[in-house]
Parts: sequence; C-alpha cells; structure tokens
Amino acid sequence: MNDPTWFDNPAITDQMWPAAIETLLMTAWSTGLAVLFGLPLGIWLFTASKGGLNSNPVVYRVLSFIVDITRSIPFIILIIALIPFARFVVGSALGWQATVVSLTIGAIPFYARLVENSLREVSEGKIEAALMMGASNGQVIRQVYVPEALPGLIGAATVTSVTLVSYTAMAGAVGGGGLGALAISYGYQRYQADTMIACIIVLVLIVTIIQFIGDRLARAVDHR
Amino acid sequence: MIELRALRKVFGETVALEEIDLSVPAGEIHGIVGRSGAGKSTLIRCLTGLESPTSGTVSINGVDLTNQSGAGLREARRSIGMVFQHVNLLDSSTALKNVAHPLKIAGVPKAERLAKARELLEFVGLGDRVDNYPAQLSGGQKQRVGIARALAAEPKVLLCDEPTSALDSTTTDQILGLIRSLRDRLGITVLIITHEMSVIREICDSVTLLADGRVAKTGKLAEVIAEPGSILAKDLVPLPPVSLDDGASRLVEVSLAGTDLPTVLTAARNAGASAEAILAGAVETIEGRQVGRLRFSVDSAEQAKELISALKADGIYAEEAA
Repeated sequence: MNDPTWFDNPAITDQMWPAAIETLLMTAWSTGLAVLFGLPLGIWLFTASKGGLNSNPVVYRVLSFIVDITRSIPFIILIIALIPFARFVVGSALGWQATVVSLTIGAIPFYARLVENSLREVSEGKIEAALMMGASNGQVIRQVYVPEALPGLIGAATVTSVTLVSYTAMAGAVGGGGLGALAISYGYQRYQADTMIACIIVLVLIVTIIQFIGDRLARAVDHR
Repeated sequence: MIELRALRKVFGETVALEEIDLSVPAGEIHGIVGRSGAGKSTLIRCLTGLESPTSGTVSINGVDLTNQSGAGLREARRSIGMVFQHVNLLDSSTALKNVAHPLKIAGVPKAERLAKARELLEFVGLGDRVDNYPAQLSGGQKQRVGIARALAAEPKVLLCDEPTSALDSTTTDQILGLIRSLRDRLGITVLIITHEMSVIREICDSVTLLADGRVAKTGKLAEVIAEPGSILAKDLVPLPPVSLDDGASRLVEVSLAGTDLPTVLTAARNAGASAEAILAGAVETIEGRQVGRLRFSVDSAEQAKELISALKADGIYAEEAA
C-alpha cells in the first residue's frame, strides 16, 4: 500500500476512461435494442397467453419455449456460440460492437419476460372499460396497457440495463472490450490489484447511476 | 332503448340466466336488483357484448348485439356509455384525458375531443379538476369523471354497474342526483345494476328483481311496491326489527298498498286495533303514492285472524307476520 505507483498506473490513467466509455456504449446500445425488440415480443407473449387479448396456446408455448431456452443458456456460453453471428452482423468477432450483438440477443428474452409480467399488473377493469368504448386490440395495447404499465416497463428496462453491465464484464473475458476486459487482462492476469479495484469502483458507480436514473424516470411517469 | 328477448346464458352445467325478457323504453331509469349470484353481472356482460348469450337476443338502440363481432361490435359499443363500480380510470392520464379517451378511440381530432371533455367535466361539476390525476381525486370525484367519460361519445344508453357501491351515502346521493339529471337533461336511457335497495328507491322508474338467474318480478316502481305481499316491496321499504317480549302475542302486517295511512288507521281502529298496538311502521311517498307497511301486535291467533279479515273487508291487505 506504500507503493508510490499505486493507482499511478498507465492501465488506469490511460485505459480506464476509454474502457468505461466502451462499457457505457455497450450497455446503452444493448439496452436500447433489447427494449426495441423485447417490448413487442413481451406484448406478443402477453396477448397470446391465457386470458390475453388474442389468446393462442400454441403461439404462446412456442414463444415461451424460445424465450426460456435463450434465458437458460449461461451468458458466457451464449457469447461464444454467437461469435459467428456477431461476425456476420458487425464484420468482426472482437470489440464492443460485436459484444452488443450477443448482449442484445441475450437481453431481448429477459426483457420480454419482464414486459409480460408488467402488463399482467394492469387491472382487467381498465381493459374492459376501453373495450366498452369500442377500442380495438391495438388501441387497448397502445392506449391502455403500455401507458398504464409504463412505470413497470421502465423498472424492467433498468433491471435489464444493470444486468447488461455485468454481462459486459463477462464479455470482456472473450475479447469484448470495456471495463471487464481491463479488469481481466490487467487486474487478474497481470496481478494489478489497483486496476481491479478501480474497475470495480467505476462499475459500481455506473450501476448506481443507472439505477438512480431508472428510479427517477419510473417515478416521473407514475401517477398512481 | 334496451330490449332483451328470451336471454339465456349457460356456463358449462350452470345456468346463469334463463328466460330473461326485459324492455326499457327510451328515457327511463331501470334498476336491476338481486343478491350476489343472482345473475346481475352476467346480465350486464351480455348487454355489453363482453359475454355472448347462449341463446336469445340483446338489442340496444335497435342494434342486435348478439349478431355483432369485430368492427360491428366495436361500433355498437360506442353508442353505449358504461359506468363501473371501480370506475376504471387510467391512472396514467389526467381527468381531462380520461374523459376524452372514448373520443380518441373513435378518432376525433385532439382539440375537438379535449374541448368536449372539458365541457363534460364542467357538466359533472369538476371544471376545476381537469388536470388532476385519478389518484388526486376522491371516490365520488372519480365516479363523476367516470360518468363524464361514459357520456363523451354521446350515447343513447347508459349502463351503470353498481355505480355507488364503493361510495358513502352522501356521495351516493350526489352521484344518483347526477344520473337523474342526465336523464332529465339529455333524455338518456339508464340501466342500473345494484344490490342497494336505496338506489332503486331513489332514482328508478321501473325495476326488475333477479333471483337464481330468472326475472322474479318486474314493473314500474310504484306498482311493484304497491303490490301487496311483494318481496321487492319488503326489501325496498324495510321495517325495523320488532322483538316480541310476550311470547303469546302475534304480529299482523298491514300493507298500505292501494290506500293511505289515515284509511288504514281508521279501519284498524274500527277492527279493534288501536294505534298503540303499532310496533313498527315504514311509510314512504313514491311517485305521489303512500307505500309501506305497519305491524300491529295482537294477543292471540284468533285476534290476528279477526283483524286480517276485518281489514280485508275494507279492501286492505294484511297478513300474519312471522
């Protein structure tokens, strides 16, 4: 601890900032894409489920099966399995852009399940009221389910985003870039305890800030 | 205009509704009463097309709902306003946007629907609450918003499902007053499902009693109440409970149906039952007629019989009460 070079380490002073930016970029992109694709998938799951607007047991079981398979594969294995696909999409299997592909694929079913559960919280009475006004299923979804479940949907996106931060670190183990890669290649493989500690501190900060923003947003749209 | 013909609804083995015939003319307030499980909820779900009847027809404003589905049903529903027990406002929208919602669904332009919603909130006495969210309103205010919303698409028919069951008595009176004024000012036809007799007494022109999925009694309120021995009359004008301290004495219940209080009192006195023998009584004036019942105590079964036949001779209905 009396080492004068403690924390005065090029891995921290030069690489920390770009790595943190990469982690943020990966998290932001994959959260955005997961919401973009996961929301419709979650709505589809929900409407196809028993008692849904467009209940269809076969569709529900197929969707459910796909979602559960993806969710049950450990993420580190999912990344490796998706290397060819990532290369096909972004042209390379390395770097944060390639990681975003796997992160998104991993997060879509995760978010979709959370969406399904959030929509289930909307009371039956509100749906009947809208149907009685002559609303179509699409109108019920857009004008009742989504706005009424919005605090829950934002909460779910926050949980997904925080989970994605830890996934980015895992992706670092297979050349994904970001703080995870820095912590593994310097903190772990080169025994630089200061780099490891610095990475952990920044990761904790990022998660704290995401949670803070998510809570604020959810509260801002919650009028219950 | 609401017209039900031979409506029948079966869930598996259970018969929920059987042979329901009902017709509510335009501009009338009709009440449907019955205990829990009598079929009230199923009836209203059939009326709104949320449930399709096993057989029979439901027609509202001349449109047969039983033959409709998809776009046709959605169109037909727009001509029905619905008021719910739990109001079912969107928590994420202000009072104004909630009232405008039916118009948004119908595709009315934004400026127009918001202006209309403002006018309706004004009408129900909430002109200063347009920007409040439901969580900022009291139960009675929420129900007013619910009623304003039900009126937004200018329906000819208003269906109210237990509209006051979650409200206290003062608020109930205000909401019922509002519903009555809607009928008086807009000529709207109102169907109220309730388990509260006070609601029926307060605002209904006609009433139907449902029991075990069948119509047990139906007719104009004054007629139904005036009918001697009617179950509905007993529920609508309840007597306070009477305790008999002397086991030997009997009770005779005299109906005011078709007559009035002075006539009954005179006849009873002539038959040997003085006013002191009245243990309980309930008299109300409904549509200008006195209705209600009196309970006399008599000393023996013979005296009870004598009193009943003496009153009958005067055209007054009486029976021995348990």
